Parts: sequence; C-alpha cells; structure tokens
Amino acid sequence: MLSFIGRSIVQKTVTLFFVSIVSFLIIHLAPGKPSQVNPLNPKFTPELVERFRKAFHLDEPLYDQYLYFYRDLFTGKIVSWKDNRPVLQKIWERFLNSLPLFIVGTLLTWTLSFPLGIRSAIYRGGVYDRTVTFFSYLLISIPGFFFAYVLIIFVVTRFHVPVIGMETFGLGDASWPPMVMDRVWHLLLPSVLGATGGIAVLSRYVRSQMLEVERQEYIRTAVAKGLHPDQVHYKHALRNALLPFVTMFGLILPGLIGGSVIIESIFSWPGMGRMAYEAILARDYPVILTVNFVSAVLVLAGTFISDILYMVADPRIRL
Amino acid sequence: MQDSTSTYTLAEDLQAPMAPKKSKIRESWNMLRANRLAFMGLAIFLTFFIIAVLGLFLTSGTHPIFDPSMVRLQEKLRPPLSKPRVEILTPEQIPRLGMYLFGTDDLGRDVFSRMLQGAWVSLTVGFVAVGISVLIGIFMGGLAGYYGNAFVRSGHIVSLSLAIVAGICLYLNLQLFFLCSITASAVAFYLYVKKTPGFYLPVMSIDTLIMRIVDIMLCFPSFFLILTVVALLPASMYNIMIVIGLTSWMGAARFVRAEFLALREQDFVMAAKALGLRDLRIIFRHMMPNAIGPVLVSATIGIASAILTEAGLSFLGFGVPPPHATWGNILSDGKRFIFDAPWLTFIPGIAILIVVLAFNLFGEGLRDILNPRLRERSL
Repeated sequence: MLSFIGRSIVQKTVTLFFVSIVSFLIIHLAPGKPSQVNPLNPKFTPELVERFRKAFHLDEPLYDQYLYFYRDLFTGKIVSWKDNRPVLQKIWERFLNSLPLFIVGTLLTWTLSFPLGIRSAIYRGGVYDRTVTFFSYLLISIPGFFFAYVLIIFVVTRFHVPVIGMETFGLGDASWPPMVMDRVWHLLLPSVLGATGGIAVLSRYVRSQMLEVERQEYIRTAVAKGLHPDQVHYKHALRNALLPFVTMFGLILPGLIGGSVIIESIFSWPGMGRMAYEAILARDYPVILTVNFVSAVLVLAGTFISDILYMVADPRIRL
Repeated sequence: MQDSTSTYTLAEDLQAPMAPKKSKIRESWNMLRANRLAFMGLAIFLTFFIIAVLGLFLTSGTHPIFDPSMVRLQEKLRPPLSKPRVEILTPEQIPRLGMYLFGTDDLGRDVFSRMLQGAWVSLTVGFVAVGISVLIGIFMGGLAGYYGNAFVRSGHIVSLSLAIVAGICLYLNLQLFFLCSITASAVAFYLYVKKTPGFYLPVMSIDTLIMRIVDIMLCFPSFFLILTVVALLPASMYNIMIVIGLTSWMGAARFVRAEFLALREQDFVMAAKALGLRDLRIIFRHMMPNAIGPVLVSATIGIASAILTEAGLSFLGFGVPPPHATWGNILSDGKRFIFDAPWLTFIPGIAILIVVLAFNLFGEGLRDILNPRLRERSL
C-alpha cells in the first residue's frame, strides 16, 4: 500500500510536469500575441506594449517565461494581465460562486440516478425500464444550451421568476424568506442542467452494474432459497453492485473546477467557467494556465483517491 | 451392409446444407432489425446523411436553389409555414417552396435554407473529427498493443529531442543552430543503430510511453482545452475538426490497445507469424478486423459528442465564421429573440437533438450486436 502510494505520487508528479509544459506550449505557440489583443485601441501605443511585454517577461525566451510563470504560480504571486489582481484570489472567489452549483448538481445526480438505475435493472425489459432508457438517451443527446432555453421559457412564462444571474438585482432590503426563495430559484435551473447529463450517464451505469451482479450465481442461490425479492435485490445484489461507484467519488473531484462554460454564460453565473471563458477571450494567459494546472491537479488527485478507495473497499484488489 | 449405409448418409450429409448459411453481416442486420431503437437511429442517420449531401448542393454555388444568405429585411422574424408577402419582394427573393417552411430570422433569411447548409457542417465536423481521432487512436493503440514490449532506447530520445530542437531553430530562423542540431540528431541515431552502449539503454517500454501520453492528455479538461485552442487559432471549420480530433483519441487508443493485448496471444496470430507474414499484414488483415468492434462503437458515439461540441462552440461564437450557417450559430443568433421568435431556438435545437440521439442509439445498438456477451439472455 505504502509503496503503491509512493509510486503513484512520483508518477503523477511527472505527468503533471509534462502537462504544465504541454499547456504552456499550446498557449504560447498559438498565433497571435497577448500584447496585440486590441491593436485598434488608440491607448495601446508601442511604448505601452513594450512596457507590458517587459512587465510580464514576454520579451524573454520561452523557457525563461515558463520558469517565471511556474515560480510565480507556486509562490502565489501570479497576477492576471487583465486587472493585475492575484490569480489565485480571483479563482478562489469564482470557485465559491461555482461551489453551490456543484454541490446541488452532484447531490441531484447521485440521489436520482441510483433509484432510477436500480429499478430499471430489476424490471429490465419492462415499460419502466424502456421509458427510463429512452429518457436517459434523450438527456445525453440534448444540447445543454438548447435545454437551458427550453427550461428558461418554461420557468419564466409559467412561474414568472427571473432566472438570470445569482440573485435578482435590487432585492437588497427584502426580508429573508423571499431572499432565500430568490436564491433557490436562481440556483435551481443551472444546477438541474448541470445534473441532467450526469443523471443520464450514471443511471445507465448503475443499471448495467446491477444487471451484471443479478446474473451471478449467488443471486440465483438467494432467490432459490426463497428469500424475499427485496432482500435479494437490495441486500445481496446492490451491495456488490455498489463497489465500482465507490471509486467514482474520486472522479467527481475535477468537476469542482470544471464549471460548465456554456451553462454559466447562459445564466450569467459568475463562476469558474465564465471566468475561464473571459480569460480566453482576453488572452489572459496566467488565468488560463492556472485554471488548466489546477484542474490537472484535481484530475490526478481524483484518480489517486479513487485507486485508494478501491483498495480499501475491495480486499481482492492489491495494486 | 452397414458400411454402405454409413457412406450413403455421409454423402447425403455432404450434399445437404450443413448449417443455416447466414453470413455475419446478415446476422448482424437481423439483430439490428430486432433492436428497434438502434434501427431507428440508423434510419435517421441515413436520412440525415442524404439531407446533408443534398443541402450542400442545393445551397452552394453562385445562384443556389435555396439561398441561405438572402437578406429580406422587410420579412424578418416571420413564423414557420407563413406565406411570403409577394407584393413587397423582388422575384428572386421569393422562397422556392412558396412559403417559409421554418420561418425567417432577424435579417429575413430563410431558416430552412440555413438549416440545410448547417446540416453539412454538422455532418463533416462529426465525421472528420472522429476520423482523425480514430486514426490516431488506432495508430497509438496498435503501437502500444502490438509493439508494446519493445523498448524506447536512450538513442531514440536523444535523437528525437535534438530533432525537435532543430525544428524549433528552423521556426525561429536560426540556420546555424538548425544545422548543428540536425547533424547531432543524425549522429545520435547512427550511434543508436550501431548499438553504442550509451545510446542503447532501455528507458521504458513503448507501451508505458504511450499510456503515459494518454494519461497526460486525459488531464486536460477537454471542452476548455478545445475552446482555448479554437479561440487562439483563426476561426475556420477545419481547425475545429482537427482540434476536436486531436483531443479525443484517447478512448480509441485504449480500446485498440486492450484488444491487441488479448489478440496478440491468440493462436491465429501465432500461426500468421509462423507463416512469415509481415507485421503490417498481421496487424491490419488479421488483428484489426477482430479489434474494430469497440472502436466502431466509440466512434459512433464520438460523432454524436463531436456534433454537440461543435454546436457548443458555435453557440459561444467560436464556430465556423458567420456568413456560413451552422445549427449552433442559428441557435446562438436566435437566443436574443427567444420569446418573440422561439422557432429560431427550437428548430436547430430539435434538429441537433434528433441527430445526436440517432447516433447515440445506433452506437449503443452496435455495442449490443458486436459484443455477444451483452446480448439479452433469458434469465
């Protein structure tokens, strides 16, 4: 176990190093320079561009820029080119905005997909199963932005609730119940949208896992010795089918920083995805690279955690 | 007596059909027919294909039959199925069908023509992007699966990195350094060929190398990476296809590798090797047909997700540049009129939904057909 942890930390550090190089190269070798974002702006004089280039080490060779960037990142001094604010602080603020979406979305996904998947596995081939299957394909296939507009039209015309942004503007001194309801309404649509894809995929996965387990002989034995079906399904089968999902707790970690670009820009939600999108538009390299780096760290940490969880949960696995 | 009857029955048996003669394709076709959802998916996909090809011909050229860029400002935001007001239009502005089948947008352009034009974009982006990713995936996965035990030697690495340095020098226009490093690279390769000790150290196996590359690629948040690259590159349809292809080959590579690792140990591969066949022939003629199943499935589903990605990029304004219509940018332009002209949102949205759904259903059906283990069994 300890040797596995040691090995995988070394391996993941090496991977991270290469990720940092590749993302740096992708950004810097792409055509166009950040100093030329707005060549028509009369305030962008050549002297200013020169000063800008000097301030952010853009006049130095690429490997020096790389070293400068990651030194600044690890000492926390990295600043955005756009507004000179520390990038980590910026990301933290946006992260706090995205967090409620992530939490509600994840809760919805995990609480809804299990009952759906388990039930359709138990009644496989029946009307319920076929309906759930069709709807999960529908939800996987629907473009998120289109679904968002359908829901907006529905909610706005039906309930007369504004749903853009994090809260209704100018609601400053209302008493707290409408305030909380306002927040909930604004939170509801984006998190439902964020969860739909997850629910569809996860419930399919739960169903196939359940089917796999229900085929095993110990289930047949349990049925044959006359146990109550509920006991067979929910005690004998479900416990064993749950095993792979333990590992998925690790894999939801990257979603923390992902934040959907499209959903956040439709709902004007000031979250991570929006920030990354704006940074791309403004060619704000430090922000883009930091987001990329942090999300790579989260992906690696997620796989690491899921490996560990798997070892803890399943004594047969020895890595 | 007994002998003669037995020969007689043997001859009879040889004459009679031994087993129901069904080719593999025939069998698969029957199973596809039985799977109603998958069959529907295939039917929709074929229809979509025909519409997209027709759309390309009907909407291109200098005087297209359905002109997607014809602006009629006096006829803007007409609902679907409405008749054109002939008295205020010039003769060439009158839509061919005698009505606006899908309505018009905020510039009075015929949405039906624009949808026709956009179908081709969705189709090509889906197929070309997935084609690129499958090719890279088969190459990388095949390499890792078939030659995985071979070693990457220190000479390879030295030679390759010197060649990369040479490339960078060429890019930066440093001729002298370029010549130096390209020569050094060639020398390193020569030393490797001669098995000079320092240049023949095994560093890692090819399998490890490729799987580490896959790990690195999987660390990037894919939509964000695609968005970054597409935003930095000049806007064009080809860039989008290439970028989607280059960032989505990891699944195919893993499937091919896993299949090849299993197939490599099988007797028919051994027999092919014993017959002295070339490696390439073994790989493409004997192993690939057995390994292609999961790749086909993931490719079909990959087309669906590539179409969704392209629509998402178009929606954010990074898609195919404006005069050309795509389903994503029709929707994106229409979002400002969502309450006044909901058809601008619903028509492209539902079209994308149907096509993506068809690919997903067909892909899942294909998985059931190609993988006998997953077939529905009577329990």
